[in-house]
Amino acid sequence: MELYQLTAHELGRLIKDRKASAVEITGSLLDRIEKLDSSLESYITVCKEESLKRAQSVQDKIDRDGPVSPLAGIPMALKDNICTMGIKTTCASKMLENFVPPYDATVVKKLYNSDAILLGKLNMDEFAMGGSTENSFFKQTKNPWDLERVPGGSSGGAAASVAAHESIFSLGSDTGGSIRQPASFCGTVGLKPTYGAVSRFGLVAFASSLDQIGPLTKDITDCALVLNAICGYDSMDSTSVKTDYPDYTKALVNDVKGMKIGIPRDYLGEGLNPDVKRAVLDAAETFRRLGAEVEEFPLPITEYAIPAYYLIACAEASSNLARYDGIKYGYRAEKFTDLLDLYRQTRSEGFGNEVKRRIMLGTYALSSGYYDAYYKKALQVKTLIKKGFDEAFEKYDMVIGPTSPTTAFKIGEKAENPLEMYLVDIYTVSVNIAGLPGLVVPCGKDANGLPIGLQMIGKPFSESTLLRAGYTFEQNTEFHKNKAEI
Amino acid sequence: MKITKETIEHVANLARLNLSEQEKEKLTLEMASIISYVDKLNELDTEGIQPTSHVLPVQNVFREDICSQSFDRDTILSNAPSSEDGCFKVPKVVE
Repeated sequence: MELYQLTAHELGRLIKDRKASAVEITGSLLDRIEKLDSSLESYITVCKEESLKRAQSVQDKIDRDGPVSPLAGIPMALKDNICTMGIKTTCASKMLENFVPPYDATVVKKLYNSDAILLGKLNMDEFAMGGSTENSFFKQTKNPWDLERVPGGSSGGAAASVAAHESIFSLGSDTGGSIRQPASFCGTVGLKPTYGAVSRFGLVAFASSLDQIGPLTKDITDCALVLNAICGYDSMDSTSVKTDYPDYTKALVNDVKGMKIGIPRDYLGEGLNPDVKRAVLDAAETFRRLGAEVEEFPLPITEYAIPAYYLIACAEASSNLARYDGIKYGYRAEKFTDLLDLYRQTRSEGFGNEVKRRIMLGTYALSSGYYDAYYKKALQVKTLIKKGFDEAFEKYDMVIGPTSPTTAFKIGEKAENPLEMYLVDIYTVSVNIAGLPGLVVPCGKDANGLPIGLQMIGKPFSESTLLRAGYTFEQNTEFHKNKAEI
Repeated sequence: MKITKETIEHVANLARLNLSEQEKEKLTLEMASIISYVDKLNELDTEGIQPTSHVLPVQNVFREDICSQSFDRDTILSNAPSSEDGCFKVPKVVE
């Protein structure tokens, strides 16, 4: 067993017992990246010297005081839309190709304070818009289980790096499924926390009412450790929630007896791959066998979630991305006639096709005469979606279902049809619209040997319930032990 | 609602994007197909339903107006595509 193959909690034990140093562990990961990433292409930036230097200073601290944090000396990587002071943060866009943030995102500060080691920044769909990482300006990240397939997206690099042991854990962001779907495609654990539980300060904004940062990890225990490190109120994010955040490791209990679990019937209908359906129903059976009460229930609003989501997300994106004008930071076109032309040329050259498409859709939805028909209508549907889940959580502790209708698809397979690409978000977007937490755990493989992820959805701030269920599932199944052979 | 090339040109102007003829044609088709799909929402009766802009009961968030450490000028200008004498440089705006 190589060091890079271990989980954060396993490495934490080795560090504590003085059987491995932060420098050795970081070196093991850097070697792995050097050997593998030219074919996997999960990283945009690798911070080789800085990470070794930091590992040494963390090790010195451990030698002096012992490991104070469970993440001390653990190598991690971040999606490239999370600001890191002095390290390029590109959003996988030509627009921010050379952008070096003058500050750290709150989550980065928190992880540095936990003595985690930053290995580098991870590839993604440009500005987090996409579900395959095919929209990156820089490179195409592959799926570690099959290099001809996509890793999912938009946090494709974040999922692939964890699944291929090029990072111990990573942070992604999730606006409509961008942590959960790649976690499902790559066979990792992925958590989209409750809206407001993790500070968005320093996360480059896509759709502010939906965006949330969360961890991608090798198992549920690591997920709880990372969530402990990053959650909490932050005065720098006005949507951050002041509440008592529990110690999530307390939720790592192997017991779901009496837990009430609902499966939306509308998550099992047309368009769902039969292998995925079987894996989800098997997972439901596992919970039942372990003493949970599982039943199906109707959630008919599901079919309206995608149109509502794309209207809200694109409208907010068109507003958020108005800041890229070539003046204060980012790309500026070389040739232009006047100020207005500078804006236009800069934006036309700096943004990729999918970003332009979403800006156009959002601008249209917000434009005079169409606002009520589209944006306001979508916000009314948001009310109905939230109500649908509120009612479900009166009966159930947790809702489970598939994460994505399919397993990882081939690179290029859906690239030509934007609408088809949008439709695969059907089971994930409602969670963002309603601000709920969603946890994905590996629950099987399809006929091609590709991983399938089970999605578990809870009421706001019920991460402990999800982690407990996820932990129980993990302790009673072997799926999380399957690793990509790469 | 029908998406025409004129719609695309109007919206592109609002969004400050220059589109090639080819991009306009492609976007006209793509936007038409996406918009006809989102028109599905009209199947739902939302009469009297309050729009939700925020899932949390968060209203305005205020803080005391206190001076605190900010960035120095050089740091902020370090990412500027063009700057001069401590200022962002832009093309002439006023004749």
